[in-house]
Amino acid sequence: MEPHSDTRRTAAFYDVDGTLIRTNVVHAYAYYAINSPAMGDKIGKTAGLLASLPLYWIADKFDRRVFNEAFYKNYAGFTEDRLVLIGEEIFEKVIKPNIFKGAHSLVDRSKRQGHDQILVTGALDVITKPLADFLGCKDFVANRLEIKDGKATGRLLKPMIAGANKALWVRRYAEEHGYDLDRSFAYADSGSDIPLLSVVGNPCAINPDFKMRTTARAYDWPVLNLD
Amino acid sequence: MSDSSKPYNPVRYLTEDSRPLYLHYGEDFLTHKFPAGTRVVYANKPMKPIDNQGAAIRYALNHPEGDVKPLYAQLKPGMKVTIAIDDISVPLPPMKTPDIRQKVLEIVLQMLTDHGVEDVEMVVALALHRRMTEGEIKRMVGPEIFKEYYPERLYNMDAEDEDNMVFLGETDHGEKVQIVRRAAESDLLIYVNVNYVPMNGGFKSIGTGLSGYQSIQYHHNPQTILKSDSYMDPKNSALYSSNERMGRMINEKLNVFHIETALNNKMYDDQLQFLADPEDDWSTADELKFKSMQWTLKQLPRAAKRNFFHKVPADYGLVGVFAGATEAVHEKTLEKCWQQHAVPVEGQSDVVVWGIPFESPYNVNSIMNPLLVRVMALGYFFNMYRGKPIVKKGGTLIITHPCYDQFDPDHHPSYIEFFNRCLPETRCSKTLGKRWEKEFAENPNYIEMFRRGNAYHGVHPFYMWYWAENGQHHVGRVVVVGAENDHVPARMGWLSAKTMDEALEMAAEHHGPDHDLTVMHHPPFVIADVR
Repeated sequence: MEPHSDTRRTAAFYDVDGTLIRTNVVHAYAYYAINSPAMGDKIGKTAGLLASLPLYWIADKFDRRVFNEAFYKNYAGFTEDRLVLIGEEIFEKVIKPNIFKGAHSLVDRSKRQGHDQILVTGALDVITKPLADFLGCKDFVANRLEIKDGKATGRLLKPMIAGANKALWVRRYAEEHGYDLDRSFAYADSGSDIPLLSVVGNPCAINPDFKMRTTARAYDWPVLNLD
Repeated sequence: MSDSSKPYNPVRYLTEDSRPLYLHYGEDFLTHKFPAGTRVVYANKPMKPIDNQGAAIRYALNHPEGDVKPLYAQLKPGMKVTIAIDDISVPLPPMKTPDIRQKVLEIVLQMLTDHGVEDVEMVVALALHRRMTEGEIKRMVGPEIFKEYYPERLYNMDAEDEDNMVFLGETDHGEKVQIVRRAAESDLLIYVNVNYVPMNGGFKSIGTGLSGYQSIQYHHNPQTILKSDSYMDPKNSALYSSNERMGRMINEKLNVFHIETALNNKMYDDQLQFLADPEDDWSTADELKFKSMQWTLKQLPRAAKRNFFHKVPADYGLVGVFAGATEAVHEKTLEKCWQQHAVPVEGQSDVVVWGIPFESPYNVNSIMNPLLVRVMALGYFFNMYRGKPIVKKGGTLIITHPCYDQFDPDHHPSYIEFFNRCLPETRCSKTLGKRWEKEFAENPNYIEMFRRGNAYHGVHPFYMWYWAENGQHHVGRVVVVGAENDHVPARMGWLSAKTMDEALEMAAEHHGPDHDLTVMHHPPFVIADVR
């Protein structure tokens, strides 16, 4: 593998939750819930979220896609314009303060090495876009809610971005845009993202959970602890 | 049995009645009965340590070498002072507490306080070495200094923190000089060094220790290494010359006060000191102790042995402390180093044997991976000479090590990629450097692991490979005894022998039956003064 003989572009693909930021999709929803305009709504959504947390945890451990399907039902009934509006607000108040300090440095150095920065996340697009803009990313892929009659149905549009689908998306994206995956980088924290790291030549586990750490150790992937 | 009435002779010739020699073999020991006539070079006896270390340190600070004022005369309230400290790579193994750096720092910090100097920061001079852990720093400086200064005013330097590294200029050879900003912006830069072998200290302390990749690449490269006759002999080392040019420039621009300490070679405490002595001088009790130690080690898993060895500190004593101008100080320190380590040896050998221990400067509290085995053999031990290498040009070097394919993923992540991706393609330093050095040095993963974890810089495995360059060019072949796999010796370009007898036969086939055979009984380290 010659490092500089290939003229194809290279990219750094990042999972977001737990990798670049210390929050996750549940935090984002909690913000929605707590900031619901009607008091009844606020109490109902917040209590519902709290009651469902153990279920989400189990679903996440079982399969990230199962978790997403269960979790995004919470968004049913949100209007499209409200989702977009509050996306910016969530970024400012929830996401931005929780970006790992080391993440800035990692993304900056990667950019200077000439790698295009691309986010690959199971979070919602309305929340991911401001983050991608803030970090100076070239592109992102995120989950999108199905909208009918101006309101979210609580279902995600396909393909759902999670687990092996992230890897599939990256492979197709690389093919379409002429990226050399052998020389590209990918970063993730969770065992569910092992397929994502497996498709690039330079995988790196960030703040890994047990499954990811075990795999990273087995394959000698670098392990990075950001805070 | 030793006869205390005779002067100690570190160079011995074995007879038919001589005891078998022991050799380091990673985390174990091998024993072998070498043929009569084998020359064995042992370390000198440890020099008598200075009893009152505090008095010696104070004397050095008050009576500086070179054209500089005593430390107290340079201090005034309101000034900004930075103290740079050597990292965990010296001495080896880490010394018993209190570490000599703690003793020096306690006195220097008290002197600064007494003179009203409050703006004081201490920085561990890592260059591209791994960050020391909190526990390691605490052990090095002592709990009181640690409690008062860590982490705001006592910290690891970060050579990749661009905001906190500055360029001072260029030498007349076009070498860019980069240094920690805090040091560059201080009214006084004090360097606290531990000198263990002649390669350390002097201009290298700041020239390399406080700089980063942008500077170090000018001398840590295959060309400069090839021009260095011995790293241990600064006058004949292109590596040291480059550091000297950089160091001189730093000293012209900054006010530097250098403190160097020279240690003796008392690696073992009294119970184990016999390991440094010729086997023929051992008592029966020593022999029993050795056998029981060897038996116990054989029963333990490697990780347990490694942990055990890393927990045994050395019993080094202070034999000299000097302070003042860099060059004048280093000259005095070198004298002490030579006095302790240099052993006069008549003539080179066709075949030289040395055992590779469990530790190198780059794996304290970690694993001696295959690249470090190579650098220990061909980088460090090979260069332990003054005058001529102990092994003849084209000679055979026999080393003992299991050569396990193990790496520490936290300390040496880029070594893993280097070993598995680059080395299978080429062993040529120049090609390796040209094709991959920059890519590794700038890999964001390795940079962040270096900055936030405890990883050596991404470029470090290249430096390890270059470091062994002149040794590799000089010797005709390396035979490793006891490698537990075939691929590590093969990837290093070494021959492999199951036993020492087999290795000696291989050497005899090449050099003929009348070849010279020398065993260098490291450690404690010996510098062969070859005549």
